[in-house]
Amino acid sequence: MTTAVTTHGPRRAERTPARRGSATLLKLAPLLPACALMLVFLAGPIAYALYGSLTNAALTGYRAADPEFVGLDNYVQLVGSAEFWRSAWLTLFFVLASAVVGQNVLGMGIALLLRAARGPLRSVVSALVVTAWVLPEIVAAFTLYAFFSTDGTLNAALGAVGAGGTAWLVSFPMMAVVLANVWRGTAFSMMVYGAALSEVPPDVAEAAALDGASGAQRFFRITLPMIRRSVSTNLMLTTLQTLGVFTLIWVMTGGGPGTQSSTLPVLAFQEAFKFAQVGYGTAIAVVTLVVGAVFAAVYVRVLKPEVD
Amino acid sequence: MARRRHFLAAAASTAAATLALAACGGSSTGGDDDGTIRVAYQRTAQFTQLEDVLEKAKTEYEAANEGKTVELVPIEAEQDQYFTKLALMNRSASTAPDVIYEDSFQVRSDAAAGYLAPIDDMLAEWEDWPQFDDTAKEAGLGDDGKTYGVSMGTDTRGIYFNKQIFEQAGLPTDWQPTTWDDVLDAARTVKERVPDVIPLNIYAGRAAGEATSMQGFEMLLYGTGDELYDAESQKWITGSQGFRDSLGFYDTVFSEGLGPETSLVLDAALGSRVSTELLPQGRLAMAIDGSWLPGAWITGENEWPEWEQTMGIAAMPTQNGQEPGRTSMSGGWLLSVGANAADPQAAFDFITVALNRENALKYDTENSQIAVREDVAQDPAYLDYNPSFEFFSSLVPVTNFRPATPDYSQISANIQVAAEAVATGSQTPEEAAAAYDEGLVGIVGEDRTQAAS
Repeated sequence: MTTAVTTHGPRRAERTPARRGSATLLKLAPLLPACALMLVFLAGPIAYALYGSLTNAALTGYRAADPEFVGLDNYVQLVGSAEFWRSAWLTLFFVLASAVVGQNVLGMGIALLLRAARGPLRSVVSALVVTAWVLPEIVAAFTLYAFFSTDGTLNAALGAVGAGGTAWLVSFPMMAVVLANVWRGTAFSMMVYGAALSEVPPDVAEAAALDGASGAQRFFRITLPMIRRSVSTNLMLTTLQTLGVFTLIWVMTGGGPGTQSSTLPVLAFQEAFKFAQVGYGTAIAVVTLVVGAVFAAVYVRVLKPEVD
Repeated sequence: MARRRHFLAAAASTAAATLALAACGGSSTGGDDDGTIRVAYQRTAQFTQLEDVLEKAKTEYEAANEGKTVELVPIEAEQDQYFTKLALMNRSASTAPDVIYEDSFQVRSDAAAGYLAPIDDMLAEWEDWPQFDDTAKEAGLGDDGKTYGVSMGTDTRGIYFNKQIFEQAGLPTDWQPTTWDDVLDAARTVKERVPDVIPLNIYAGRAAGEATSMQGFEMLLYGTGDELYDAESQKWITGSQGFRDSLGFYDTVFSEGLGPETSLVLDAALGSRVSTELLPQGRLAMAIDGSWLPGAWITGENEWPEWEQTMGIAAMPTQNGQEPGRTSMSGGWLLSVGANAADPQAAFDFITVALNRENALKYDTENSQIAVREDVAQDPAYLDYNPSFEFFSSLVPVTNFRPATPDYSQISANIQVAAEAVATGSQTPEEAAAAYDEGLVGIVGEDRTQAAS
């Protein structure tokens, strides 16, 4: 779902103005099946979700049999709900802390260090990091639940030095899920940045070093601008992936205690399947969709690739 | 081009989250009849008694009806998830089961949703139907007055206490509290004198689902004189003192450390753990729980023959000992015919086999149900099976039933939110009660609520 955009398509062919019309049509023809599929499987469900969010559909009761069209009622209720805003802030915090900062910075750091590392250390470290990413989400979630739970690995280790006994998932639920998502997602950023860094020609950095640029200057002034496009793609992928994280949080904390770790996807699930208000839950999902689009728009603007 | 790709990616990723929800719009057309009756029911690690009965009924039904097969579809989930999974199955005719194991409080709601088929005509011809008592007959009624299920048995609730722990704590082993304070005092005594056990379990987590509403909150509320719903005016009650006091009881229990630790409260499997671990292992002194617990102790994987000597049972007192002094809640489950059943008569016939005298006796004894068939209730084989039957049946005169409206299940979820918020200390009882009132108005609308008098 998310890896499809990492490859860049072929560049535009030159064309003469006279033949542009028919040529465009011809070129678009092979795209038709893909467009049709997108319409059916992407635009269709989104439109259906939009419609669903304008009804009061429920999982049981009269409104399950005959949902009514209620216009923007669900959204009005959302905007007026303290729980929703709390959840929106938690989502923002979760995305910023675990994806934008955690996964990206840590991934870049490891990629830089690995470039300098040699021999077995390099393979061992990357293998370890990638393992967390290769695990299916549900397995990773249970692993981390076992790690953070009150009688889990972390407390057993801390207990050995006399510091166990903290109920991490209860007292620090957001910290636990943020660390969990960093643990799970860093490998992806590391691999993207590893590949991007290997594309940076070493002679540029060498020339800068000869001119007296420090390590930090070389990184921020030369390396980073050169891999800007990878940064933008990676930021977007990790952000959107994190925005949709559900299993990890659901297994580890269930969105609780209370609603202290209910991000928007968890809240949407709760409303739809626990409180049986499918229409209201769908409205939250639509909001999540919009938030994702906003993030994407911001990245595209800020990290605009002028040179393509 | 690059930008458009980004937008598409953004849309694609976030769309995936909405798909699951959007896909919930169900269609309903008749199922195909291939002579198979699909029976959906709940099964968990400690709840296998139902499966035993259904398997027995399956063998008997198939032997008597050539060409028919019964397919048992167990839903492995704790109570809360069971409803969700069942509702999702019911939304599509191709997955909707023919026979459904249905909680009495969901009947009105699911009948209104069009998931269940009325069975009055078939009941009228069933010679055993007059054996069922009136409460059982009412349990299956929908909003439209038609019957949507056959009761399997009912239940009551009380306080289980571990007599050995009580002895260690210097408390009487024939304990019977007369006020909430008696319960709290006993818990405090246990905490002080037997510090390594959990003094009292009262369900408080959203994950525990209906157990938090019914074994927990409502056991308190219906002992305060206030109720959730005014049956006369057909309005839901907001801002009652009893509601706040009940949450206050939670506050006392959890702020004084008399209840289980938070991670246990939030555990969806707490119900199983109370009956199969915490009580049998002597790690819990008191548990407010349902009459069915001894069923799992008498036979089966979690057999615990010593329970009779170890466990005492007390009735839940009213708040200040006001009349009638004791209180309880009753529910129970039914077998219903699915609205999409290809052959409703066959589905109903299977139910009559599953709940005939012999099988009802088997289920009511093994799962510690209060029998609703008179021939079973008077059978010595039933009466002698479980020494706790007499006590729990004695609670029937003081017991209460949940408001039977299609909204109850959603409102119940809000009760669980309030209880959890207080138990985890994230809200005071007043704040949680106010949040409940707000949620209540959101569900039923302002005009179907009334302020407590």
